[in-house]
Amino acid sequence: MLQRLFHFKGGVKPQTHKAPSVQQPIGQAPLPARLYVPLHQSIGGVPNPLVEVGEHVAKGQLIGGADGWLSAAVHASTSGTVLAIEEHLAAHPSGLPTLTVVIEPDGRDEWLARTPVDYRALPPERVRELLRDAGVVGLGGAVFPSHAKLTAAAAVPVDELVINGAECEPYMSCDDMLMRERGEEIVRGIAIFRDLLAARRVLIGIEDNKPEAVAAMQQAVQRLGDDYRVVAVPTRYPAGGAKQLIRVLTGKEVPASKRSTDLGVQCFNVATAYTAWRALACGEPVISRIVTLAGNLEQPRNWEVRLGTPLRDLLALGKPKADSSRYLMGGPMMGFEIPSLDAPVVKATNCVIAASPTMFPPNPPEMPCIRCGACADVCPHELQPFELYWFARARNFGKTQEYHIFDCIECGCCSYVCPSHIPLVQYFRFAKSEIWSREREKNAADAAKARFELRNAREERELAEKAERLARAAAARAAEKKVASVAEVTTAAAAEATPATAATTTTEPAAAAPTVDRAALATAPEPPLVAPAADAQALKKATIVAAMERARAQREAVQPKNTEQFSAEQKRQLAAVEVRRAALQAEQAVSPATATPERSAD
Amino acid sequence: MILTIAIMALGALVLGAALGYASIKFKVEGDPLVDKIEAILPQTQCGQCGYPGCKPYATAISAGEADINLCPPGGMDGVRKLADLLGREVKPLEAEETPKQVAIIDEQTCIGCTLCIQACPVDAIVGAAKQMHTIVEPLCTGCELCVKPCPVECITMEPITENLDNWKWKYPVIEIKRAA
Repeated sequence: MLQRLFHFKGGVKPQTHKAPSVQQPIGQAPLPARLYVPLHQSIGGVPNPLVEVGEHVAKGQLIGGADGWLSAAVHASTSGTVLAIEEHLAAHPSGLPTLTVVIEPDGRDEWLARTPVDYRALPPERVRELLRDAGVVGLGGAVFPSHAKLTAAAAVPVDELVINGAECEPYMSCDDMLMRERGEEIVRGIAIFRDLLAARRVLIGIEDNKPEAVAAMQQAVQRLGDDYRVVAVPTRYPAGGAKQLIRVLTGKEVPASKRSTDLGVQCFNVATAYTAWRALACGEPVISRIVTLAGNLEQPRNWEVRLGTPLRDLLALGKPKADSSRYLMGGPMMGFEIPSLDAPVVKATNCVIAASPTMFPPNPPEMPCIRCGACADVCPHELQPFELYWFARARNFGKTQEYHIFDCIECGCCSYVCPSHIPLVQYFRFAKSEIWSREREKNAADAAKARFELRNAREERELAEKAERLARAAAARAAEKKVASVAEVTTAAAAEATPATAATTTTEPAAAAPTVDRAALATAPEPPLVAPAADAQALKKATIVAAMERARAQREAVQPKNTEQFSAEQKRQLAAVEVRRAALQAEQAVSPATATPERSAD
Repeated sequence: MILTIAIMALGALVLGAALGYASIKFKVEGDPLVDKIEAILPQTQCGQCGYPGCKPYATAISAGEADINLCPPGGMDGVRKLADLLGREVKPLEAEETPKQVAIIDEQTCIGCTLCIQACPVDAIVGAAKQMHTIVEPLCTGCELCVKPCPVECITMEPITENLDNWKWKYPVIEIKRAA
């Protein structure tokens, strides 16, 4: 099985110090008195707490639901009671708190009902959802949600699936031990990734300083009858960087602005494959991980630790020597000093190193850069760290971006070789976080400006609308006045006409006509009395009068029916009624004051 | 002689036509310098510079009417950028530089008068008449314009605390400061 290997530029060969921690098999860390499970343990959205204080949780119970697609769920690492959901120190270089679920274990360590699934029978989207809800993230240290990497790009088929077991950081041996002891489960997990991505070839890259792991993985692959290639790659830091390992195994160099998937390559850590298999085939979400305890300890060893275990409890298992002064999380090259041992183990915790002043002497004072170029020689991304250093130091962030600062993976090779002991990576981290912060501020300022302009536009529009409304109201008032005066004229005319019509139309239906005429008579003299100030009232009256006029006109149009069969007696009676009515109307016409305005409105 | 004049006249005509065409075709709308200055200003619209917003201040700077050190929310950093852009001297800020802050409404005390809503230049306060108001923190620019109008003094300004989202790696150089 010959495999042509490639090289990445640069890199360093620090002492590995891996031997002490691989003498013993992986141990099961005991239950601590309290578990502090932070909700935000992966890249992406902060999971929402799903439990309440005082609630009893089972081992593996969901306590933080994934927030959006790019996020991963968080689970209870053991059964017990939720004591609090509060801000607790995060495993982060800042030493700042983060929202954490505090669980007091009940000691029974009871699982929630586990439901294994056959991922082959499920649609790929469902498998990705399951992985997200099981909290499967990249356990190499970047903690990127794995399901988000398992969507094959439509345009580029995945040629190679690279499985990263290189573990190039000194002291670290958690992946090594995992491959030695649980190789078969890793290989089964790789099958999930391969099937989801429809990868043509699977390459498992392991540094050649771990022959046992290489052998174990080869055996596991053979036993399961897969055609994966287990490749021993030369030991050279940072061979475990995703882009470096892809370069070594496939010869493909991922350009700065592209992702490896654009070239048809995807990369996963061995521990991620292991947890993916456990999540699907056993129904066990990610609630623990293998952590290397190394450095200045009596008993360096790898432990399977429940997430949320305080680092103090974990370190007690390794019995730190008396002169241990500080503790590092992650490796000595890329890790950071733990601000306090109260911080918990999280998904990103792959290694905890106890350091003594003799083991890691304090950095000698920083000397001026002599532009020797040693940093550029070792940079695996072919950057020019000395140039970046000048610009970052001078806070000339535009220039640092021109020199591709965001391609820097902060591997620490440049600081490692710098003869002037310049903490180059710290400058680059500073510059990157400054650039990000400025970007955030710029976006916030742009959004504020947009809102301000929107608000101004709205105020202007409202003013214009108000002015328009006022103008419309004034116009309406003027129109009303005109209508009222027209109504006056018409009612006056109607009133003049009424007595004549009333007198002549003797055949009108009996009841209504007199009322109408009375109303007409009553309102007719009124308008002149009403002052123009009471415009609305006048308008109302005018419309009433107009309506009455219409009604009268309609009645007049109708001729009396069935009057020809009346008997002589009936005709006489009718004539008498008409005479009385005419007399009455004549009387009213003489004295209009007798008709009250109230009646007219009826 | 006539030929020379004709050539010169023709040249003048052609070039004049080209220039006239260019001045119409490539006409720049608005003042590009004002936009550049405005991009540097923090867009708090607080009016602490004495102008009714960032754009008027940018216009005043561009016209040479205002100094570049009148914007406290922009800080010394903003002054430096403006000096770079305009080729002027860096001057110390007129007012004291304050850390970034947000307004907080004490919701127990709020009487729902809507005065702060009317004062907020960036629509960061929600609420209705006789209903409790509250500030949408991510939208608040910390301009303090809502503090004064509040009749019950229930709005306070609080500095933004450092959290995991806005935490930054520190500058690795320890600067030596003169003891006061």
